[in-house]
Amino acid sequence: MSIFEYNGSALIAMVGKNCFAIASDRRLGVQLQTIATDFQRIYKIHDKLYIGLSGLATDAQTLYQRLVFRHKLYQLREERDMKPETFASLVSAILYEKRFGPYFCQPVIAGLGDDDKPFICTMDSIGAKELAKDFVVAGTASESLYGACESMYKPDMEPEELFETISQALLSSVDRDCLSGWGGHVFVVTPTEVIERTLKGRMD
Amino acid sequence: MECVFGLVGNGFTLIVADTLAVHSILVHKSNEDKIMILDSHKLLGASGESGDRVQFTEYIQKNVALYQFRNGIPLTTAAAANFTRGELATALRKSPYFVNILLAGYDKETGPSLYYIDYIATLHKIEKGAFGYGSYFSLSMMDRHYHSGMSVKEAIDLVDKCIMEIRSRLVVAPPNFVIKIVDKDGAREYAWRESIKDTIAPNTA
Repeated sequence: MSIFEYNGSALIAMVGKNCFAIASDRRLGVQLQTIATDFQRIYKIHDKLYIGLSGLATDAQTLYQRLVFRHKLYQLREERDMKPETFASLVSAILYEKRFGPYFCQPVIAGLGDDDKPFICTMDSIGAKELAKDFVVAGTASESLYGACESMYKPDMEPEELFETISQALLSSVDRDCLSGWGGHVFVVTPTEVIERTLKGRMD
Repeated sequence: MECVFGLVGNGFTLIVADTLAVHSILVHKSNEDKIMILDSHKLLGASGESGDRVQFTEYIQKNVALYQFRNGIPLTTAAAANFTRGELATALRKSPYFVNILLAGYDKETGPSLYYIDYIATLHKIEKGAFGYGSYFSLSMMDRHYHSGMSVKEAIDLVDKCIMEIRSRLVVAPPNFVIKIVDKDGAREYAWRESIKDTIAPNTA
């Protein structure tokens, strides 16, 4: 079994009309055994920037701590929050630092940039950035997620419709993957509010 | 093999561990205490490579005590868990400790808590958890019978059910277990469950 599949994970980020949604599954496993069904994979960096970390849970936790540290330093020096594009470059640089002994994580970054324009990107475990205009996926269920998102996505969705779409895409994909699932966690972020919801899907 | 499991009840947390010290096929000792009392209100149940287990848990215990000496107040359970994870994570890519840990604690403000810390430094706060081959049986028993807010009596009944399941269904089942509890009155040993007792042989001089 690959080290990326040790804990199991599923992540999606989608762009809507002046908003974005980021969703993850909730399973924490150790290979075939499920340890917890309330594991958090999506972290807030600031009000308009969220990062989801799939892959090995220990590296996701370490990486998150390092990123929060760097962002807090940036906030102290610059007296403002980091733009999503800048943050993505930071994550990419931190991952490439460990090129020959990498963090076994695949991040999904979603934020509202200048003029509240939605920004999403993903990268591989050594920091190769992949910008997208519509959706990005990561995790053990990524192949199913690509298919589900490609068929369900349409551009310029309002927050409510975006929530429905991302939830359906996530739940239908994790149902085909034994290492991820046990519900979902969805954040829908608009310029004025953040709605956090928990999904109940097939609990197995 | 090594069995450690734990659960959170109403105002207390329990950790149960087997007491066998094994080297390959040989049982060195059948009353080895694998649940360390970290400080007045914390327990650290550890399983894994014996040298790493003793070294690492003693290191954590001494650092927790040092914090209290330096700062005058004890660490919270969450802080101790995060410190432990940090030490495991730092060592992971240099010379990893092969120790799996269940950290139980009671804080006045937040009540009882239990943390799962893998040997590769995965940290998660849980209500019930287990390590080792025994986890296949104890986790299933706890999934069936556990509910939040159990009394001590109910929790001990559940623990005994888990121990019975491990003894009857695990081929290399450890014979003896120790149960430790932590609640508002502190961390202490609660009971032993022994099916093999070490007896001192009479002096035949």
